[in-house]
Amino acid sequence: MSRIFPHPLLTLALTLLWLLLTSFSLGHLILGFAVATVASRALSAIEPDRVPIRAVWPLVKLFFIVGGDIIRSNLAVAWLILTRGRHGKRRSGFVEIPLRLRAPAPLALLAIIITATPGTAWIEYDAETGVLLLHVFDMIETDDWVTLIGTRYENLLMEAFVG
Amino acid sequence: MSYLDTLPPWIAIPVAFFLILGSTLTLLGAFGLARLRDFYDRLHAPTLGTSWGAAGILLASMILMSWNESEPGWSGLRPVLHELVIGIFLMITTPVTLMLLGRAALHRDRIEGTPGIPGAVERADVPHRPTGEEADGEAAPEIDISDAPGEN
Repeated sequence: MSRIFPHPLLTLALTLLWLLLTSFSLGHLILGFAVATVASRALSAIEPDRVPIRAVWPLVKLFFIVGGDIIRSNLAVAWLILTRGRHGKRRSGFVEIPLRLRAPAPLALLAIIITATPGTAWIEYDAETGVLLLHVFDMIETDDWVTLIGTRYENLLMEAFVG
Repeated sequence: MSYLDTLPPWIAIPVAFFLILGSTLTLLGAFGLARLRDFYDRLHAPTLGTSWGAAGILLASMILMSWNESEPGWSGLRPVLHELVIGIFLMITTPVTLMLLGRAALHRDRIEGTPGIPGAVERADVPHRPTGEEADGEAAPEIDISDAPGEN
């Protein structure tokens, strides 16, 4: 089973993508599934390990939390640009955040979350020490950012992924 | 301009709202990119365009095109969801560019010694010490020697 479908999630996602880009019909379902199977087998040649997902519910929860955060930080950053950074009082700066995550897949997801949220930019991650260097547009409290990333996102990612 | 004229208000208002929201945020992002002074600050401005800026425009397009494709009545509903794919790819690929730019700027600032830039604790001095490889070469045989008696 795992020889034919080395990455079942990717196969499913590619099939859905095929159906989205064409139209929902039985013929496209079969064709899309065949293309997705071949594509995920091709990926297994360079990436043999399956992404180990432990639970789906934390990811759903994370999706809604991040969705809300993105809307809020969009408005905050737009307001800061309009008011010229609270009339010159805005301070930006770097924050070093020690991460507990080590596996590539949850780290990639965290990178997407941090990048998609305006106001925080992922600058550098040191794989040896596990320290993430973050640039924050509107710095209020350094410790707040460490607990924000650590509790809000990282805990849920640790629950969702193995490792 | 045929189908746009026949658009009922309950479709036209959300389409206009999301389109204006998305394009305003994208415009503000571009404005910030031009106006902000610091390189790292500038990294933040375009993410307005790639997050809700894009999402707003894509939502407007989804509502409008779904209306355009659909026949009257619930059975004729044809939701157009292609735009989701654009949004997903935009979200996945933005971090790649952003990290590339951020790390390049960090590397430059560390070498130039710009104040206020956190240096990597161990890594920062690696380029300045070309003898590091020789030291590693000497260290490797020592480990081999110490391991050998342990195996016996």
